Amino acid sequence: MDFIAKYLPYLLAGISVGGQYALIAIGYTMVYGILRLINFAHADIFMVAGFIMVYASASMPIYLSIPLVIVLTVVLGFVVERVAYKPLRSAPRMSVMISAIGVSYLLQNTAWYVTGGLAKVYPTIPWISDTVTFMGCTTKRVTFITPVLTILLVVILVLLIKYTKIGIAMRAVSKDFETSQLMGIKINTVISMTFIIGSFLAAVGSLLYFSNYATVTPTIGAMPGLKAFVAAVFGGIGSIPGAVIGAFIIGICENFIKAAGLTTFSDAFTFALLIVVLIVKPNGIFGESTSEKV
Amino acid sequence: MKKTTKNIIYIALLLLIFALSYVVDIIAPYSMLVTVLRKGAVYALVAVSMNLLNGFTGLFSLGQAGFMLLGAYTYAIFTIPTAVRESVYYYYEGGIINFQMNMILAMLLAGVVAAIFAYLIGLPVLKLKSDYLAIATLGFAEIVRALAQWDGFGKITNGSNLLKKFPVLDNTTQYFLIVAICIAVIAMLIHSTYGRAFKAIRDDEIAAQAMGINLARHEQLSFVISAFFAGIGGALLAIFQTTVQANAFKSAMTYEILLIVVIGGIGSITGSILGSFLFIACSEWWLRFLDEPMFIGTFQVPLLRTGFRMVVFSVIIMIVVLFFRRGIMGDKEFSLDRIAKLFRKKAKGDKK
Amino acid sequence: MRNVLSLKDVTMQFGGVVAVNNLSMDVNEGEIVSLIGPNGAGKTTVFNVITGVYEATNGRILFNEEVMLENYPKGKMKKLYKGENAGVYKKSVVKLPDKITKMGIARTFQNIRLFKSMTVFENVLVAMHLRRKSNVFTATFKLNMKEEKAMREKALELLCEVGLEDVKDELATSLPYGKQRRLEIARALATQPTLLLLDEPAAGMNPQETDELTAFIKHIRDKFNLTVLLIEHHMNLVMDISDRIYVIDFGKLISSGTPEVVQADQRVIDAYLGVTEDE
Repeated sequence: MDFIAKYLPYLLAGISVGGQYALIAIGYTMVYGILRLINFAHADIFMVAGFIMVYASASMPIYLSIPLVIVLTVVLGFVVERVAYKPLRSAPRMSVMISAIGVSYLLQNTAWYVTGGLAKVYPTIPWISDTVTFMGCTTKRVTFITPVLTILLVVILVLLIKYTKIGIAMRAVSKDFETSQLMGIKINTVISMTFIIGSFLAAVGSLLYFSNYATVTPTIGAMPGLKAFVAAVFGGIGSIPGAVIGAFIIGICENFIKAAGLTTFSDAFTFALLIVVLIVKPNGIFGESTSEKV
Repeated sequence: MKKTTKNIIYIALLLLIFALSYVVDIIAPYSMLVTVLRKGAVYALVAVSMNLLNGFTGLFSLGQAGFMLLGAYTYAIFTIPTAVRESVYYYYEGGIINFQMNMILAMLLAGVVAAIFAYLIGLPVLKLKSDYLAIATLGFAEIVRALAQWDGFGKITNGSNLLKKFPVLDNTTQYFLIVAICIAVIAMLIHSTYGRAFKAIRDDEIAAQAMGINLARHEQLSFVISAFFAGIGGALLAIFQTTVQANAFKSAMTYEILLIVVIGGIGSITGSILGSFLFIACSEWWLRFLDEPMFIGTFQVPLLRTGFRMVVFSVIIMIVVLFFRRGIMGDKEFSLDRIAKLFRKKAKGDKK
Repeated sequence: MRNVLSLKDVTMQFGGVVAVNNLSMDVNEGEIVSLIGPNGAGKTTVFNVITGVYEATNGRILFNEEVMLENYPKGKMKKLYKGENAGVYKKSVVKLPDKITKMGIARTFQNIRLFKSMTVFENVLVAMHLRRKSNVFTATFKLNMKEEKAMREKALELLCEVGLEDVKDELATSLPYGKQRRLEIARALATQPTLLLLDEPAAGMNPQETDELTAFIKHIRDKFNLTVLLIEHHMNLVMDISDRIYVIDFGKLISSGTPEVVQADQRVIDAYLGVTEDE
């Protein structure tokens, strides 16, 4: 019983944060699958979603501010793609990645300007933020909502990609960008859709994440962002189930390391794991291998 | 132009720059200009070292902040005078290092430590390609940062506390001199047969290998040399800031350096140098007025307050990234011939 | 005649696709040997296997009697393997492309792979890097001026040889197609090979240029004591130049011998014209 009492909170926290990473990771993995771009700005879109909620909830009831957060975040993701990535469609991949870093820099600095660099307290969302007791361990209800909601959203997404027209187009584009263009697939619509889905999930992720962590700062996106990306790589970049499984593994491992008293290393561990995975299985658990034609 | 006259002009330019750096210290010792020149010089070195890797060898690495941290810590740890160690390592009973090194030696050691780490991390990591390499090196930098803050190394690294009271350089000319020597070495390397091999790898790995260039060894070499100079750059940054703390060496620092490289032009040494001074001058000095409320008569200019400078600055960067993708210099170098050509073109254009 | 290159039972399989199937061939010193076959027959794959770009799944390659490659199906390939002669080879010797070039095999590429940011001159110069005696320290601090000077002279000499000395300071990729192909040959020669592999050197050339190329290949063979193995579709050139010819189709050797023998071989004619197999 002692054992459970000691480690259960960490396991729960791990599953919950894993779900939040998963929601962010899907945005990374889908964009990478289609554009071969590490969208560094994704983490900052997640951060901005947090701030929108802070400001929205100050002037309107929660049931209005939540949809507003989601809509505005999606619009932001869409605009970022149109302004910063679309003009670089034919540029080398490194240019696009640098543009992503530039957007990240811009979003962070803008957030800093708007907030004056102060941490903002995240609003308590009723019901979600309530505390509950489970097997003798007290936690917020969001801990239990996160994994359920994550899995639900992922299932919907997977079905969407499998059976809808836009989903099929997405798969085609990720397999072969040029050929699918020649086949008459509207590439820009597909790419925009990818960013819209990614931003939507990031917005949901931010609602859950910040309900747990209570404050938002302009640079808060960086760490969960990087970890979500690691999760995406871990699961095999381009693969949605892979990203989700990777995210849960990372979330749980990270919290067990905290349980072992090595909090300083919980971040370092994630990256060590990343490097090991990349070397042992460069394409991740579910990834496909590619080779260059000579 | 004759080669000798050109060389004379280059040397004269160089001397002029050094003379200016000397004069600045005398007439405006605490001005923003001094800050910009010193920090700009440090960043120029780090940017050039990153350019060697990203621009000339085509390895997309984002570990620069990690190597700078190693350099900064090495320098600080070994040069804090024994007399003040007790007060610096207050939480760790004065630490375990009981000697003080010569500044220059410590700076070299800073480079060597960074290079050794680069060698070790390079063994597995350099097998990865493009974005995977980028994210793995980024991860490496984060690991180094966590280790530096770890309590277990506290007797050496002072944990998450500041390292301070180490000797610093007291005039701008010294910064310039050290940076100039380092950059000159990198430039000479790039112009040697090894530099050509690096560029071959960047242009086409398969063809480079078919020409007998050992990819693994040359990539390793470029990685280690780049880390060596990033380490020295880190030591100089420590000197510039007079204190060191691991928390400053976040991935944001690497991104800044990458942006400098891009603004200057990927594959141009002089571009990186120019880019660095411009970047630092804009972010620290020229755009400063944007952070202060401003009145024209009784009308208060809207938007101006703390933080606006960085917003404007990041917008400028985005414009460069999107519309001037080749940066200031592209992959060309600054040379008198090019300037002369430019003038001739202008003159021709005017006649028409 | 001394044997220079010998392929024994070489099979290259990608997943379930057998690109080269149990190919054996020999090239002797001073010969010009052609490797021909219809599009997609696996010719370039053979080159990629010889030069170490791909690791052959099974078989052995000897270069100057030395084992350059020996391999057998391993791991996943054990089950997937569809080629022949599995189990004959038990050792695994694999050399990387740069090592193979150093041993004396140089190549050109079918889809020209010049270093695009470099001038014509630098393209040749960089190919001399592998024979350097300097190390990174001496090279950086210009303590190798003698060697550097010799390199530059040699590079210029090679450019004169292929007739590109007047465009030496232009960007390699700004040259017309034919000149780019000649530059690729100069660059390959700069690695000081004893065996030269040419992958479709006459692609995109008109008949007159092709004739010139024939003479040129013979000329460099004599001047640099080379052995040449080439892939080509221009049959005039092939028949004109080759001492011997190997013909492959679907990765398998279907005929070999002197140009006269190969030309008369019904299997070759079938492979090129295509016949429907009716039983």
